Amino acid sequence: MAHIPDRMESGQSTNVDRHHDDGGGKLPSPKFSAHIELGNNLPGIRGPMAYSPETARPLNELAEVLLRDDDNTLSRGERELIATYTSYLNDCFFCQNVHGSLAQHYLECDMPTLDAIKLHPETGPISPKLKALLPIAAAVQKGGKNVTEAMIAKARSEGATDREIHDTVLIAAAFCMYNRYVDGLATWAPEDRQFYIDRAPRRAAEGYIDYDLYK
Amino acid sequence: MPHIAVNNELAGIRGLLNFRPETAEPLGELANILLKDTEGLTPAERELIATHVSYLNDCFYCHNSHGAIACIYLDGDMQTVDAVRKDPQSAPVSDKLKALLAIAGKVQKSGKSVEARDIERAREAGATDRDIQDTVLIAAAFCMFNRYVDGLAANTPTDLTTYEQRARQVAARGYGKHIYTTKTNV
Repeated sequence: MAHIPDRMESGQSTNVDRHHDDGGGKLPSPKFSAHIELGNNLPGIRGPMAYSPETARPLNELAEVLLRDDDNTLSRGERELIATYTSYLNDCFFCQNVHGSLAQHYLECDMPTLDAIKLHPETGPISPKLKALLPIAAAVQKGGKNVTEAMIAKARSEGATDREIHDTVLIAAAFCMYNRYVDGLATWAPEDRQFYIDRAPRRAAEGYIDYDLYK
Repeated sequence: MPHIAVNNELAGIRGLLNFRPETAEPLGELANILLKDTEGLTPAERELIATHVSYLNDCFYCHNSHGAIACIYLDGDMQTVDAVRKDPQSAPVSDKLKALLAIAGKVQKSGKSVEARDIERAREAGATDRDIQDTVLIAAAFCMFNRYVDGLAANTPTDLTTYEQRARQVAARGYGKHIYTTKTNV
């Protein structure tokens, strides 16, 4: 299939440009090339998504239902936190910062607080239910069989429903996919973490389906 | 027994998809594009990649389901399927597929395990950029599907003949809503 034409302006594609602006505006440009010729300079998952729009559609639809759909008893912030934590455990810089910034946005907390939750979820300022769901996500990250009856029982005792347990497992599993897609193709990621923070309000407003990959 | 209350008449991922149709829809669409697409890699090659990754993830339900589907596409050649499942580098498949299966094996460990030389080897054996991206995404997607199935302790039939019946349904009709709404005999 044909590559998506590179719509980035010329002059943007040579050096890393770490600038950011408050509107979450221009994307910086990459330092390294991906494993394949993506035909664009987009950061993180956007590169392969623009390269392969057919698969981007269900990948984005899945993210929208899991992370943003309001028909859910887990808040958007809680779900983004599960995604962030899994991405952190998978050591995926791009994903943990995109989703960490969204979690921060929804939970109205600062970066040190969010980073502390990633390191020590058990002592973080989060609900007992979420504290019981995050170890399930961590177990899924290692491998599905690591989820134990005791973990499920603990989550239930903190009020988690079947659907919340289902969604926790599927969010963690899905990020074991997204993280591998991003790093397995050696996509690049802006190093400045503020870049992600600046873009979060717009991501939150636009969601995962109706947005322009190039903006 | 599954960790959550699902329809026990539906095996493996089917019970989970039926539990949450909202997520089942994009999951089915993704599987259908990745595994049934005939451009570049063949459906048989795609299912073999899925089978190998699921085997590495020790997901009995998935590696037997996709192994059975690959077997149909390979006209019943289960020997090749079994060889790819366990030791792709000595399997009777093309050098290109061997190189792609090696990339899939790396992705199973983590995305960062994939090295430039793995990509070079695949290219030298004739793989296109599209083949490489499809391989990485199929492997990544099965790191999701396998965790979904085992993370919720989905029902896993142990009788291997039942996988063949379900495989015929997928080979004929693809992935989609029918796999979790139509009751197969098993």
